[in-house]
Amino acid sequence: MIASAFGVLFDGFAYGMLLFILSVGLSVTLGMMNFVNLAHCSFAMLGGFVTVTLTNELGWPFLASLPLAFLSAALVSVAFERVLYRRLYRASDLDQCLLTIGIVFVSVAVAAYIYGTIQQPVNLPSYLRGSVSVWGQSLGVYRLFLIGVSIVITAVLVAALEYTRFGAKVRAAVDNQRMARGLGIDVDRVFAVTFALGSGLAGLGGALAIEIVGLDHAFAFTYLIYVLIVVAVGGLGSIAGSFVAASLLGISDMAGKYYFPELGAFLIYFVMVALLMWRPVGLFGRR
Amino acid sequence: MVTSSAVAEPQRYLEAQIRWRPVEIAFWLATLLPFVLTPNYLVLASQIAITALFALSLDLILGYAGIVSLGHAAYFGFASYTAGLTARWGWGEPLTGLVIAAAAAGVLGYLTSFIIVRFRHLALIMITLGLGLLLAEAANSASWLTGGADGLQGVRMWKLFGVFQFDLYGTTAYTYSLAILFVFFLVARRLINSPFGLALRGIRENAIRMPAIGAPSPAHIRKVYTIAAVMAGVAGALLAQTTETVSLETLSFQRSADVLVILILGGAGRLYGGLVGAIIYMVARDQFSGINPQYWYFWIGTLLVAVVMFLPNGILGGAARLVRSGRSRA
Repeated sequence: MIASAFGVLFDGFAYGMLLFILSVGLSVTLGMMNFVNLAHCSFAMLGGFVTVTLTNELGWPFLASLPLAFLSAALVSVAFERVLYRRLYRASDLDQCLLTIGIVFVSVAVAAYIYGTIQQPVNLPSYLRGSVSVWGQSLGVYRLFLIGVSIVITAVLVAALEYTRFGAKVRAAVDNQRMARGLGIDVDRVFAVTFALGSGLAGLGGALAIEIVGLDHAFAFTYLIYVLIVVAVGGLGSIAGSFVAASLLGISDMAGKYYFPELGAFLIYFVMVALLMWRPVGLFGRR
Repeated sequence: MVTSSAVAEPQRYLEAQIRWRPVEIAFWLATLLPFVLTPNYLVLASQIAITALFALSLDLILGYAGIVSLGHAAYFGFASYTAGLTARWGWGEPLTGLVIAAAAAGVLGYLTSFIIVRFRHLALIMITLGLGLLLAEAANSASWLTGGADGLQGVRMWKLFGVFQFDLYGTTAYTYSLAILFVFFLVARRLINSPFGLALRGIRENAIRMPAIGAPSPAHIRKVYTIAAVMAGVAGALLAQTTETVSLETLSFQRSADVLVILILGGAGRLYGGLVGAIIYMVARDQFSGINPQYWYFWIGTLLVAVVMFLPNGILGGAARLVRSGRSRA
């Protein structure tokens, strides 16, 4: 029982890290512009399909396809930001929700049109398959890789936010957008770059997710709910909050599926509602 | 919209609002046309009437009180299961079944309204979404009661008033749904054009200022949320009774999102927005999904983006603007 508890913790944490990569961009952009971007997972899905196409159709190695998944999601998101999102920054929550849900609908239909409605397979290189034994525990290599990647990403993000000039601008804009504008920070540009980076991370998350949770045309919908839970529970604009919330969600979801399979996803929704009622701004939120 | 003379005489303003316009009478007469023109589509027509009632209930809280909900299907589905189970357990009388289901949805709505009043903005969207998902998962888990993914089977309705059988052609179903829709439309219309309706619009415009001028916002929100839950429940019960089956889909996020889309397409906060949206959405879906349900979402998504970008008040809002600009030019 103890062994399996450790296994559940490990798998849950790896899953949580995946959710973290998927959602951290949304958390920061939401905190900065209060723009409710429900299409965040559409960009993640795009990254996933880029990787599927590159590895399966064109024979690229899996690792080489990851940067392209990041780049393509980032570039497409910038195009959307310029053309559509930009006009709705001052609109109501509802309008933003509706516009981005519209984009989700379209992206799901386009994915179904191009790739069909089946689960997409991905060819992992042999060194990412199988499992290794650590202290008598068998740990999936891919999950270790996932945890490694997300820890590196977290470290880079935190360092960039804390120690670079750009990071300082981002923090200022999240804390108080109007004051930041008053100080001469071009918040719109900072936001555009952050938005591109966040969506790029989502694209990378989408590519990494294929092996763990699969990828089909409905990905943008299925994981939207998980990403929103992470953001709402973690608090807007907080990287630490997203990290903790994603780990909690990943572990509780995995534990729920493992120990109480008959409850289904009931447990995580319950945890989310309870947490939000306790702290409406999220665990680490300040507003 | 409210001119200074109207402010001076609020009574007269409300009276002017409540008068029936010719276009409204024409609209309701037109709802009888399916009996004559498209008797083969009465099942679809009854589904449209049900969806319209559901959209109307969302309009009360979203269009008037400004409460964004991504989980409104909770009340629809809850009442749907209540009505289905009532019939399955041996009481198939439609009208009393409707009352029982509506009361159940009302109780659920009243209980959750205490949670709803505490939140605004993103937290509110997430709470409504979470409550909706919670209920959907509960129904999925309790398959001994709800039939789970297979849906609730064995719902047998008695004849309406002991005379009219629910038939395959949907004649009874459409008459029944349309009559109930009309009754609740009258209720909503009366409600909106009352001082209470004005207070709701005040909450939508500025939730903080309303208590300052002596209107208790939380109490108003609780009231309208409960009423909307009852109406959504009636719509759900109607669906269960006319189709004689209940599926998990009645509680799904998809249904909550669809009804939101319908209301926005038609125009929120306009009373007829949900009705017009339901007609356009359901007819278009019936036509398109014959080809492929996946492409249907492409078009509805494009439409949604277009409405948000170019028609901020929905189709009815756009139509009203056209009429106004036409008049001012003439």
